[in-house]
Amino acid sequence: MFEAILLTVITAATPLVVAALGELVTERAGVLNLGVEGMMIMGAVCAFAAAQLTGSPYIGIVAGIAGGALFSLLFGFLTLTLVTNQVATGLALTILGLGLSGQLGEAFVGKPGIKLPQIVFPYLSEIPFFGRVLFSQDLIFYLSIALIIGINWFLFKSRTGLKIRAIGDNHGSAHALGINVIRTRYLAVMFGGACAGLAGAQLSLVYTPQWVENMSAGRGWIALALVVFASWRPWRVLAGGYLFGAVTIGQLHAQAFGIGVPSQFLSALPYAATIVVLIIISHNRRTTLINTPASLGKPFVPDR
Amino acid sequence: MTLSEGGSVVSLLAVRSLTKLFGDFAACNGIDLDIAPGEIHALLGENGAGKSTLVKMLFGVLQPSAGQILWNGAPVTVGSPGEARTLGVGMVFQHFSLFEALTVAENIALSLDPKISLARISEEAAALSKAYGLPLDPKAHVADLSVGERQRIEIVRALLQNPKLIILDEPTSVLTPQEADRLFETLFKLKAEGRSVLYISHRLEEVRRICDRATVLRHGKVTGACDPKQETPASLARMMVGSDVAEVHRDQGAKLGDVQVEVSNLSVPSRTPFAMSLKDISLKVRAGEVLAIAGVAGNGQGELFDALSGEYPVAEDGAIRIRGKAVGKTGINGRRLLGAGFVPEERHGHAAVSAMPLSDNLLLARSRSDRKAFLSAGFASVIRRDAIASATKRICEVMDVRKSGEDPLAGSLSGGNLQKFIVGRELDRQPSVLVVNQPTWGVDAGAASRIRQALIDLAKAGSAVIVISQDLDEIFEVATNIAVISEGRLSEPHPAGTLTLERIGLLMGGIHESHSISQTAASASEVSHAH
Repeated sequence: MFEAILLTVITAATPLVVAALGELVTERAGVLNLGVEGMMIMGAVCAFAAAQLTGSPYIGIVAGIAGGALFSLLFGFLTLTLVTNQVATGLALTILGLGLSGQLGEAFVGKPGIKLPQIVFPYLSEIPFFGRVLFSQDLIFYLSIALIIGINWFLFKSRTGLKIRAIGDNHGSAHALGINVIRTRYLAVMFGGACAGLAGAQLSLVYTPQWVENMSAGRGWIALALVVFASWRPWRVLAGGYLFGAVTIGQLHAQAFGIGVPSQFLSALPYAATIVVLIIISHNRRTTLINTPASLGKPFVPDR
Repeated sequence: MTLSEGGSVVSLLAVRSLTKLFGDFAACNGIDLDIAPGEIHALLGENGAGKSTLVKMLFGVLQPSAGQILWNGAPVTVGSPGEARTLGVGMVFQHFSLFEALTVAENIALSLDPKISLARISEEAAALSKAYGLPLDPKAHVADLSVGERQRIEIVRALLQNPKLIILDEPTSVLTPQEADRLFETLFKLKAEGRSVLYISHRLEEVRRICDRATVLRHGKVTGACDPKQETPASLARMMVGSDVAEVHRDQGAKLGDVQVEVSNLSVPSRTPFAMSLKDISLKVRAGEVLAIAGVAGNGQGELFDALSGEYPVAEDGAIRIRGKAVGKTGINGRRLLGAGFVPEERHGHAAVSAMPLSDNLLLARSRSDRKAFLSAGFASVIRRDAIASATKRICEVMDVRKSGEDPLAGSLSGGNLQKFIVGRELDRQPSVLVVNQPTWGVDAGAASRIRQALIDLAKAGSAVIVISQDLDEIFEVATNIAVISEGRLSEPHPAGTLTLERIGLLMGGIHESHSISQTAASASEVSHAH
């Protein structure tokens, strides 16, 4: 029973973790992309369509990543090249993504989905409990864990990661040092888009292997809240993602068992938790300042 | 050194008719400059003379519109700061280009070859900072460091690239006199090693002290080249300003009246980790007195101003009294109604709304205190444009505010002219108490002397004036009494005549009469723990 619940929590948490990790990198570079929900749903529809047409869920994953990344490129062009307002553009991207995906996916409504197969590690999967939970999962789960380790190393140990953090902290100084702010931000935005697309692919290939309009169901917003919840640290995204995933699953079980907690209250929990975390971290201003990208959401125009 | 055909020494860096246009405006107009190997060369000029634009072109941050840059006699284009560094040019910016969220080592790493590991950078930085007498902890976060320490990072960062030319943009504007002396020792060390230094400043005394040659800029053009040791501060100032700067006149020994402002045992906790807390501050200012508060930036000046002006009211009502009335909990308008006036430090966005015309800025500041003059009686409070327009005109005339058009946007005025307007706006009310924070920061010499004279005249007319300033020359010009703020504590005031620059420097460095150095250090660590 517990194992079964844990498996569903993992499935629910993985898209949140993946999308939040992408947005974390984008925001560390100082760009606030509120279009996660839109990029995620675009990834979901592209992944489903490609898997349907080719019969291969792995091509579906690639299509989901590409769909999310290409869609974020639109955001990058508007906010970085044309210097539009990031908040308004991000909101518009979400609205556009929800509409456009509905249009693109019309032909796929009701078609049977192709589920991403599990990759079972020999021997490791035979470990009691942990084997089933950790080593008999699908590719995207393994990718999500690899992404956390990789992004944590990349941001805090590699020189390129240092440059990204520098741009997010003070883009004017970064420019003065000769770092290409716009190009780096384009790449960070597209990485965020690719991750959101991968998260979308998980929804339409693993979570519920079919295409339903608006199937992202607000997960993009939870991912955005998760980045703040994690105070821009990758490992905390994992903890927060699983906490929010557990809340989502807990909500379903609570309904099934007829526990008298309104489901609306439970679905609001991640946001309430984010607010609580914000209040807690704002008390320790020093750590906030060291982790929060100071130029987040501010437009950058090189003075040349 | 290499010799050219003519037999003269080839300059390390030569600039020939360098020009930078922003639209129609020439920020730099046909500038010629030669820097010899192993010299400390001063670049002098008022704000807006084109110094920063020139060095930005030398460092590749801006691209010249016309003209040539020669490095060791060969023409070069400096396309980016990276190219400048490869040539052998290092730069220490006036507004530090540091990243607060990163550590010292990470900050340095950003401007170096990415192949060098962070561990090696930390090691080298530590070694270099020791060799040049610039102590630094590579693992510290910049956010936790003082301004002087931040400057050291910039210098060490520039030195790590083994530059032949180091450009310093107004390096001493944020340092105590003692810290500045240390910096000068470092510069002499660099010079002894055969490196050149381009030293940008408008502090004439220090230019005369350390520089071998000086080039003076005005309105984007070179107006003089000289050996600063042969010049007097007055002759250098003439080259910078173009005309003689009016001297500020002050009567000695004027009679002082009643106490107008009294602060007793004021303590305010810091609002943010980077703000200073105020500790047990007491002061009294009488009618006819100018109390100047000296100190290095970030020692509680802003916090003290906020407490005095009522921008952040304090917990204890009686801690601040204006004309005998307890006002600690009273807001800014309540204090204005008692006859006080305030001029905060930042001109744009604080003292004035840049995107609004001068008349609106006048009304915003005085709508409560001069309600009867500027607003109609009754419920609607209709704005009386004619009264405001004539007041704006009066202020501009009295303070000699040079502007384009009848009522231009505040943002379109130069810093000096806007500051004259802002100070004039308060003086126009003839306040019995005036508190000014950094009255002439970034203001050209002409406007600065006009403002200082106005402050002295106001005190002479029987008002109490508090001037918070980092500029010691200014403080000696205007002050009747001088107190020093350091680590959020205020020293006893001393009559201006009894203090020397040396003594103030020691007080600014945090050595109080009543506190030993170790006690000061202990209280400093207390502050950092409180965060």
